[in-house]
This record gives sequence, structure tokens and C-alpha cells, in this order.
Amino acid sequence: MSLAPQSISTSMISSSSSAFLSPSNLNFNSRQNAWVQAKRISVCKCVAAPQEEKIAYKTKVSRNGNLGKLQAGYLFPEIARRKAAHMLKYPDAEVISLGIGDTTEPIPEVITSALAKRSYALSTQEGYSGYGAEQGEKPLRAAIASTFYKDLGIEEGDIFVSDGAKCDISRLQIVFGSNVTMAVQDPSYPAYVDSSVIMGQTGEFQKDAEKYGKIEYMRCTAENGFFPDLSTVARTDIIFFCSPNNPTGAAATREQLTRLVQFAKDNGSIIVYDSAYALYISDDNPRSIFEIPGAKEVAIETSSFSKYAGFTGVRLGWTVIPKELLFSDGFPVAKDFNRIVCTCFNGASNISQAGGLACLSPEGFKAVHEVIGFYKENTDIIVETFNSLGFKVYGGKNAPYVWVQFPGRSSWDVFSEILKKTHVVTTPGSGFGPGGEGFIRVSAFGHRGNVLEACKRFKHLYK
Amino acid sequence: MNKLLTFNSLSYRTSLQPRMVQPSLTVRKEGVGRCTKVHRNINLEKLRNGYLFTEIARRELQHLEKYPNAKVISLGIGDTTQPIPDNISMSMANYARALATAEGYRGYGAEQGNKQELRKAIAETYYKDVLVKESEVFVSDGSQCDIARLLLVLGSNVTVAAQDPSFPAYIDSSVIVGQAGDLEDEVGKYCNIEYLECGPGNNFFPDLKGTSRTDIIFFCSPNNPTGHAATQNQLEQLVEFARNNGSIIIFDSAYAAYVTDGCPRSIYEIPGAREVAIEISSFSKFSGFTGVRLGWTVVPEELLFSSGFPVINDFNRIICTCFNGASNIAQAGGLACLSSEGLEAVHSVVDYYKENTRILIDTLASLGIKVYGGINAPYVWAHFPGRKSWDVFAEILEKTHITTVPGSGFGPGGEEYIRISGFGHRESILEASRRLEALF
Repeated sequence: MSLAPQSISTSMISSSSSAFLSPSNLNFNSRQNAWVQAKRISVCKCVAAPQEEKIAYKTKVSRNGNLGKLQAGYLFPEIARRKAAHMLKYPDAEVISLGIGDTTEPIPEVITSALAKRSYALSTQEGYSGYGAEQGEKPLRAAIASTFYKDLGIEEGDIFVSDGAKCDISRLQIVFGSNVTMAVQDPSYPAYVDSSVIMGQTGEFQKDAEKYGKIEYMRCTAENGFFPDLSTVARTDIIFFCSPNNPTGAAATREQLTRLVQFAKDNGSIIVYDSAYALYISDDNPRSIFEIPGAKEVAIETSSFSKYAGFTGVRLGWTVIPKELLFSDGFPVAKDFNRIVCTCFNGASNISQAGGLACLSPEGFKAVHEVIGFYKENTDIIVETFNSLGFKVYGGKNAPYVWVQFPGRSSWDVFSEILKKTHVVTTPGSGFGPGGEGFIRVSAFGHRGNVLEACKRFKHLYK
Repeated sequence: MNKLLTFNSLSYRTSLQPRMVQPSLTVRKEGVGRCTKVHRNINLEKLRNGYLFTEIARRELQHLEKYPNAKVISLGIGDTTQPIPDNISMSMANYARALATAEGYRGYGAEQGNKQELRKAIAETYYKDVLVKESEVFVSDGSQCDIARLLLVLGSNVTVAAQDPSFPAYIDSSVIVGQAGDLEDEVGKYCNIEYLECGPGNNFFPDLKGTSRTDIIFFCSPNNPTGHAATQNQLEQLVEFARNNGSIIIFDSAYAAYVTDGCPRSIYEIPGAREVAIEISSFSKFSGFTGVRLGWTVVPEELLFSSGFPVINDFNRIICTCFNGASNIAQAGGLACLSSEGLEAVHSVVDYYKENTRILIDTLASLGIKVYGGINAPYVWAHFPGRKSWDVFAEILEKTHITTVPGSGFGPGGEEYIRISGFGHRESILEASRRLEALF
């Protein structure tokens, strides 16, 4: 499926959303004249095909070496591609998606009314608004501060509204630049590592270890309770930490986070704390890193409306950068982030922000909790299923992900087996890093009927 | 720092410029708390120019404090003012309502945009005659974001050229990504950027014979801030220059809808451009989507790096990794804009702004002020020979309570000029004209 005329040394599989890389068949506009254009031979293979380069015009711009380090497409488009290929092969199969963590349940009406109301308002004189503040509309920033960070000393001015956590991660990376070192949990959400590679913070990919050079991978396993042994972790400038965790579902305890904050303080590091699943917590674990004393001097927190309000398509999230967080020369990190937000971004959609505000109204927040409750019930069903089949099952209690162990097996093989035999899409653990090998992530987003059916099929396969 | 963030919450403002360093920083180090050991990104330190729109907002605020009863008219920031046509906002409202239903709910969309509908509509509306495919169209949340993503794709080792004067995001983003080198304070230019001077003397098109090769060439037409739309002949020269040098043009066509005199609206009207040019565009100034957030980038399949690797593959990778698609509601709005009813309605609004701009040109011309632009863009570029643009800005603000933008904010080539934008309610434009007549 590659478009590339390739004679480069690394064979790149550029995966993306399934239908993207369709074969190209160049037509010629009669207005195009003197310069010869290459008529490309259509290829539709997974491996790059060599081309006649002397015909194809090439610019003299060198490709960014950092992108050359990426081993494959981003994980989730690859899952989507495999799902699409499977559906082509089995057109009558009822494929159930428990792979990509995509929300499925409708957004509560109290919230969609606000979205609609703002849309209408834009066609009135009084209601029209143009450019908004890049940091977000004040009422929303205030609502986020008071809803999630009450009594934690985080104010409206510390909140930066965005179009989502994935975008914020890259903007944070742009702030940090290419000369910082970073640590991630292993396994972890792929955007942290991928964005680090893209920024040039890493070395080459080491095939034997399945790791990028210069990244500190903090192994999180069943044996260590999915919290790294910090005594074995080298100092890095930046530490990405996600809790409740995607993909393992583990929620760090207050004690663990206190150790993490101390570790960051001792090393002068910055924690980027991803709390996108905080509202899924069932027990007493901290929902925000700022519940830990001293965290404001070492941590940034990023979060999202995606998995709370079903805003995966609507696009809304936020990042908190405390005033107390300073670079080594005393310069406040928030100032640089603000500069990036003003230069490389132009604010989240005003309509989405109106929806976000409605989410945080008393009625909206209640409705949001109901939807979360629904997905948590899904998770319970999946956990119970795999438990009953005798699997070692992790997560699922504080996150909408179930982390199922398949000892000694390649996770891509298990993924393929499950897909082929049950027509259920999951996510192979190794897609999240070498520490995910031997695990499958099953996500609990789905219509109840589909989740029940999927579990039925799992029971049939693994009985 | 709180003070700075307050300015940023002024809703009418856009911040497109490097930030001013606050002298109170060093005091903060002792006062607030422990520093981490993480070094600040040196690229961000290089953004030392005054932050244009924050400074303008600050001065406007100061002015309001001095004259609390003054009716300030903002012809500075290019922010749209007219409501979005009904059928478009209705589409967005309907889409939003449908998200509350089982059939209408949508989760993650394709990061490249809704292919079946919006990407196709963009390709068919804007690029029908130049055969851009829907698969080459990437829907985004706006050009400012796309510029940063493009530079992320290209990396820090490429060299960049930009027009002088130009939209500040090109150079600022280039500095941030590490391409620009140091700022030479005396001339106000970054040492690794090639500045393509554009002025009346060269018909607002750079003398390419005297221009060094760079990997990337930013080119905006119709131009912000000068309003000049490059001719077919000029763009042919540009494409030839790029081809001869193996460069990539990033062509910003955000104001294409304002073209009046038949100048090209897309770089792809030029033969050979598909192999050397990326085009970015936006619904902002076209549909009043400055707050809704929607735009697109075209990366042709034939555009290749020196190794033969297609640029589109890398752009797609960045889109999938560093972005998660434009808001689905905004995309529904975009689709409605491109329906025949929508296009008609949107063009009425564009015509409204164009009429505003004509009024401003007539006013200034009648005062004997040399004006440029305004015919193919919603910006008037007024020349005040021998005068510093910040001084003229201040004089106009003080004496007529009108905010404009000093030309030097767009680069050293903008000195002696003032940019006046044609966005505003008609009454404001007429009132502004009256005040300018009284002043000059």
C-alpha cells in the first residue's frame, strides 16, 4: 500500500487509516505542459516497491531523519487497516471492535443542546464570535479548574483548553525541544514515544530490544504492580506517566505517586501526567497529580473530554501547567507553552468549548458519569469473562481497558487469532512497547450487545 | 505572568507573534519555588521580537483606560465579524444534535478528515480543474496549526525563505522548530531565513535572480499583509525557481476567495506545481470560521523528498500521531459551506468584507495616501513614507481611536506601512472612514 518510489534502505510501511493509500493513477491536465510527469504504476502492496526514479521528479529537500526512525505507522491506524482487511476477507462477519478505544454511546442531550445552541448563535449578531483566546474561553477554564482541581491550588489561568491530549502531547514536545531526554512507562500510549522520535529526542530503533535509543523505558509489569522500580530508572528531563494507565488499566496509588513526585524533585525532572481516564477510578487513588504535595513544581497534567463525554470526534481537552513549574534558568514553563499555543495553534473550536462547559454543569456532569458508568459495566463484563476462562487479568477496575495475559505468546499472533476466530478486534500489547508483549488490551467501549456478544465468542474460543 | 495571560483572554485578539520577554522573570526565580533541571528550549529563547498582537491589544487596553468613553474601532487583527450564514450554522447544530442519537453518534474520525464528504467536496470545489485528489486533501483545525505540523514534518535541518513582509506564523514557527538561526537585532532578521522582499518597487514579487536557494519557500497569495495577489506569470516564475532549485513551496491561499481580477487562486493552476508545492488554506476568512476552526492542506502525491520518499506519507504520519482530526461538528459546517446554497451565502459575506475594503481604499486614496492591496484581499496596505509604522499606528489610535497594525510587525519590509483590515460591521467601517478623513 505504499505510494513511494522506493530505493531507500529502510523499508517503510506507511500505515494509516485503511483506505488512505489507494493506488494512484495520474491523469494529465491539458494545461500541464512542458515538464514531464511520471506516470506511476499503481501498486497495492504492503512493502515498498522500487520505481523508476529517473522519471519521477524529486525535490532536493532531504527527508527529516527523525521520521525515518519511526518503525511503522502509528499503532491505531495499523489496527484499523487490519480490521478493514479482515472485513474484506469475511464480508459477512459481524466484526466487533474492542481495539481502538473509541467511544460508542451517544452524547447526553444536555450537552448536545449546548453544542447546537452555540452553533445557532454563530449566525446571530449578538452570538457571533470570531477568534477566541488560544488558551480557551474563560468560563470553561474556570469550570475545569473548579471541577477537577478544587482545593489543589490550580487556577483558571493555569488551564489551557485544547483540541485533545494527543495534540497537547506534541505541543508539549515542541516546547521541550529536541535536546531533552525522556522516560516512558513500558508499556505506554504510543503517542509519547512517537512524538519523542519525531522531535529528535531519541536515537535509532534497536530491533533486538524493540526500543528507541535514549529513551528510558520504565518497565511496568504484573510483578511490580505496574509501577516502575524507580531505583533502577536513570534520570531524564521529562517523565511521561499515565494513570489510570492506558493500556494496563493500573491506577497509581497515593504512595506510588508520592514516590514519583519525590523522584522528579530529586532529579529536577518534569512529569507529564496523563489523567485522561481519571473519572474511571473506582477506589481512592488520586485523580490528579496535584493531589500530591510538591507536584506543582515538577508536573504538568494533561486530560481530555474524549473518554468522559464521548468527545472523541468533537475534540476537546486541556493541559494544566502550574505557575510554579520552572525551567532550570527560572523561566516559567507555562510562558513557553503559552507561546506555542499562540503561534502553532489557534484554540479549540468554540462550539466544542460550549459543549465542554455543558459537560461541567451539574446536570451535564451527572450525565457524563452515567455514560462512564455504562462503560465501566462493560469493563466488568469483560473482566469477568476472562477471569472465568482462567486468564490472568489486570486493569479494568479503574480504567476502561482490560489487560489480559497470554504468557509466552506473541501478542500480534494472539491479536490475529482472536480476530480470525472470533471477529473481535483487540490491540496487541507489544504495540504499546516491548513491555506489552504477552498481553492483549481489550477496550470496553462498545454497545452493550456487542460487548456481550464478544464475550460469548471469547468463551467459545478459549473454553 | 498572570498579566500576560489576561491579555490573551481578550476574545477579539489573535496572537500570532513572538512573545515579549518580561523583565520581571529573574525576580520570579527567587520568589516562587525550586527550578527543575530541565533546560529551556533555546529555540524559544530566540523569539525575542515584540509579540505583535499582544502589544496591539495592550495598547488598545491602555487607550481605553485613557479614553473610557471612546468608541474604539478595531481594524487591526483580521478577525471576522459577520455572522455565519444560517444554513451553515443549522448544519452544525443538526450534526451536534445527532450526536445524542444512536444513529447519529460518531466517535474518532479519520485524522485526515471525512473522506467521503468533506475532502471530496474540497477537492471538487477548489481543485476540480487542477485535478487534486481527495486523498491529497488533509482537513485540519486551521492554517496556523498546519504550518506548525508541516514544519514538524520537515524538521530542523531545512532552510526557509519567507516573503518580507509576511504572516508572522511562518517565521515564528520556523524559529520554534530550530530552522531560523539567531536574530540579528539591528536588522530584525533571523540569520538562516531568506527574506524575499516584496514592495511596490518590485510589484510585490521578489527578485528571484537575487534570491539564494532554500529548501522551503513560504508564499502567501493573496498576500497578508500587503493584499497583493501574484499573477500567473509571477507564480510561473516562482514554480520554475522552485523546480530549478529542488525546493518546496508552501503556498498559503487562505484569501483565495477574495481574488477579484482573475489572478490564480491555487498554486496548482501553474503547470509543474504538483511536484514542488504544498498548498494550505482555511475556512476562517472565507466562512467566518475563525472560532469554529477548520482548514486544509493539499500535499500532492508527486511531491518527493530527495530520496524519492513521498512527502505525503510523512505528513500523514504526523497527522496520525500529533493530531486527531478537526472537530466533526466543524467539518459538518465546512461541508455545508461547500453546498451550492452555502457557497452562495458565504460569498455574500466575502463580498461584504470586500465592499468594506473598497470603502477604506477610497477613503485613503482620496486623502492622497498611497494604498496597495485591498482588491484581492481584505487588507489595505497604506504607505507613510519616511515614518515609523509604530508611530503612525500610535497616532491613528490616539487621534481617531482606530486600531490598525504597524507594518514592521510583519517584518522589516513592512516599515513605513500600516495594515488596515476590512473586517468589521459596515457602520464601523464608515465611521472609521469619517475619522480618518478628519485626521488626514
